[in-house]
Amino acid sequence: MSNLQVSVYRYNPETDSAPYMQEFQVDTKGRDVMVLDVLHMMKEQDSGLAFRRSCREGVCGSDGMNMNGKNGLACITPLSDVVKGNKLTLRPLPGLPVIRDMVVDMGLFYKQYERIQPYLQNDTPAPAIERLQSPEERDKLDGLYECILCACCSTSCPSFWWNPDKFVGPAGLLQSYRFLADSRDTATRERLTDLEDPFSVFRCRGIMNCVAVCPKGLNPTRAIGKIREMLLADAT
Amino acid sequence: MSNLRSLTFDAIIIGGGGSGLRAALELAKSGKKTAVLSKVFPTRSHTVSAQGGITCAIASADPEDDWRWHMYDTVKGGDYIADQDASEYMCSEGPKAVFELEHMGLPFSRFDNGRIYQRPFGGQSKNFGEGGQAARTCAAADRTGHALLHTLYQNNLKNNTTFLNEWYAVDLVKNAEGDVVGCIAMCIETGEVVHVKSKATVLATGGAGRIYASTTNALINTGDGIGMALRAGFPMQDMEMWQFHPTGIYGAGTLVTEGCRGEGGYLINKDGERFMERYAPNAKDLAGRDVVARSMVMEILEGRGCGEKGDHVFLKLDHLGEDVLGKRLPGIVELSKTFAHVDPAKDPIPVVPTCHYMMGGIPTNIHGQAITQDESGNDHIVNGLYACGEAACVSVHGANRLGGNSLLDLVVFGRAAGMFIEGALNDGIEYLDASESDVEFAMKRITRWNDSEGGESIPALKAELQDIMQTSFGVFREEKNMQEGVKKLDELRSRIANAHLPDKSNAFNTARVEALELDNLMEVAEATAIAALERNESRGAHSRYDYPDRDDVNWLKHSLYFPATKELKKRDVNFKPKTVDTFEPKVRTY
Amino acid sequence: MVTNITSFGRSGLSDWLMQRVSAVVLALYTVFMVAYLLFNPDLDYYAWSALFDQTWMRIFSLLAFISVAAHAWIGLWTVTTDYLTSTYLRVGVQSLIILAIFVYLVWGIQILWGA
Repeated sequence: MSNLQVSVYRYNPETDSAPYMQEFQVDTKGRDVMVLDVLHMMKEQDSGLAFRRSCREGVCGSDGMNMNGKNGLACITPLSDVVKGNKLTLRPLPGLPVIRDMVVDMGLFYKQYERIQPYLQNDTPAPAIERLQSPEERDKLDGLYECILCACCSTSCPSFWWNPDKFVGPAGLLQSYRFLADSRDTATRERLTDLEDPFSVFRCRGIMNCVAVCPKGLNPTRAIGKIREMLLADAT
Repeated sequence: MSNLRSLTFDAIIIGGGGSGLRAALELAKSGKKTAVLSKVFPTRSHTVSAQGGITCAIASADPEDDWRWHMYDTVKGGDYIADQDASEYMCSEGPKAVFELEHMGLPFSRFDNGRIYQRPFGGQSKNFGEGGQAARTCAAADRTGHALLHTLYQNNLKNNTTFLNEWYAVDLVKNAEGDVVGCIAMCIETGEVVHVKSKATVLATGGAGRIYASTTNALINTGDGIGMALRAGFPMQDMEMWQFHPTGIYGAGTLVTEGCRGEGGYLINKDGERFMERYAPNAKDLAGRDVVARSMVMEILEGRGCGEKGDHVFLKLDHLGEDVLGKRLPGIVELSKTFAHVDPAKDPIPVVPTCHYMMGGIPTNIHGQAITQDESGNDHIVNGLYACGEAACVSVHGANRLGGNSLLDLVVFGRAAGMFIEGALNDGIEYLDASESDVEFAMKRITRWNDSEGGESIPALKAELQDIMQTSFGVFREEKNMQEGVKKLDELRSRIANAHLPDKSNAFNTARVEALELDNLMEVAEATAIAALERNESRGAHSRYDYPDRDDVNWLKHSLYFPATKELKKRDVNFKPKTVDTFEPKVRTY
Repeated sequence: MVTNITSFGRSGLSDWLMQRVSAVVLALYTVFMVAYLLFNPDLDYYAWSALFDQTWMRIFSLLAFISVAAHAWIGLWTVTTDYLTSTYLRVGVQSLIILAIFVYLVWGIQILWGA
């Protein structure tokens, strides 16, 4: 029996008054394909099924979604990783407004990313060549800069669900620390000042859902801890 | 049509990848009213997938390094149809562009002395090919494209660039004098179609690898800018030149960077033999990509391929050790485990040549201005139209691009286009407004799909197109097979013209986007097919069984494909660099 | 920075630090109390009262009460900002919480030093 039973979240604002789950039978021919392949097979059955995708290799961050209850990237999640009892349930990323089917409005997520000023700030004149950085200093950026902005982490975080307008969320904070940790950045004090309120960083309760779902194996909770340490060091 | 809402900008940049964002940054800094229009959120653009690095003579690995050596490699790598003025510009301006990226925050890997890490890549030499292998590719581990794209996006945020994210450009709008004065675009989220008016329209839409069934390219690489320019009647240059990357993961098509071989990995056949030693005794696995890809296919055709079907070879990395793999190639370890179920620290990765890069594209000068040719073969600038990045053919890649040169191309020529447009806008540009019928003409295609009532399905037609290209226009080409391909494409064109878009809804209708993309794939495929059929020689990535040799007498030329007549003409290659002596064509060996 | 006037120190850092410090105080107080009860199985009113007659015990207890008050306020304030989206309801509930904490605190002080 190679027919996979897939249940997909459907909502088209033009025709549906409320979202519903639609059942699909997908013949995977017994192969352990990726969830994204399954979505393409379903789209051949129903061209109206909307989802985002681009690189199909886990680096562009387009196809973050909730698969059998866990956030991840459809393109690098093989069925064997998520399917239980031949059933697969696909829902859009939780906590963000749905535009259509699996497509969510990422506006709030991007806004929090922009809020942390995600760019290098250095007030010294640039040299004629590159700014030097030792391999040890550069190593501090590993595990931070690789973020692909897929939103799997932030949309699995209850603190972000409740306060998406005030809590920066794991993705934004990971990037915030990426610049705090960069030996070339000189705006440390300003960055920290902007984060010391009760919401931006401190709404993190350390439940580590973000770490559990990050498709790139990154650890936002650790980065948040480091930001807290820096705030503490700065204020005491 | 007069009820179409219009948006007005000084410059509109179509495409949010590396070159588009670099051009936008330049214009945003200048304060010009600029917008980037991208069908995906910018960091989802295909630049993000570039792995190995950005090749540039910044003299870090070797303090004696010289951009002229890089230029020599680039011209030779392109099998001598890279324009030498453009290659000169790219290689000499490159260091400036790379240092700018570093200053913007790009997290390059580092040497112990704190300078940017550089690794060896294919086709690199010191001292004009006389000094052995060079290490000239600046890298951020094996995620250089990701680091570069995010850095550019971040700096555009810093400079308050206007973004029209998840908007799809449908077609160019030309005025009565043939100048490009904007485009028709659709907001994917709402389905609203608007007329974007602009004094400068930059096509930074990237490549079109999805014309092939097997490609390293993202699903979004459908040649939208190429399709738009062809439908507007503008010619395409060197469209027969498609790079097949030697190491796409067998079955999945995902890219494995040449950096693997730069770090010391090598290819083996089923006997465990390092076969590149036979084909390229000096450079071995770091010969030009076209050379390596052909050698691999030869091995497979001669029965030395690996696997049950003997249809791929292996890339061996285990001897590098887990430390080097973890430090320098962490993304590759991840990708191999996911897509090949192989841990490269233990077992070799199954790889096969896979469509990777379009050397051809919209012919431009070094300022990004699009070029067309009149009846008597003279070049003319197309007013209002610019192109940069993979969509453009400046040409710095000629018949075969060197690894790491694409990222350099993006930033150097994105920057150049931005600077030039800023100057042109300062000098003042006035073009005739588009008339209502001009706009209606550009609306024709989307209206056709919206009115379609029956016909064949889009995914099936796309699959057929990809099959034709894969079968008839792959690594090795031959006249009869290509003629058949051209004929099939011709039939396919009329079937696509009658295909059916079943879903007419407005909100985030991805089926409509895919329909519009299919038209573009068709344009690119046909331009490729006709150019490939008519270039009767083998040069760079274009290898023909029936014309196995390079023919400098007849074909030391660019090809120029004209869509209206489907004719292929020739255009002179530039052999006049400004500050160095011309590199005369030589026999190309590695 | 997100501005907020109802949080304890109006700074996430001081809230966070306060919650940790108060938690440590409460942990110490709890350990002390449990140990005291275990080591005094025949506890009667006089022994209990004698314990609380000592100034250090009163200070320790007051510290624990204040810690409870701070800890509870920060924690409940967080909960109300998570789950109560209506401003009026949130302000109302927060006021009730403050009132209750205040009453308990004063009552506690009265028990310690009164009579």
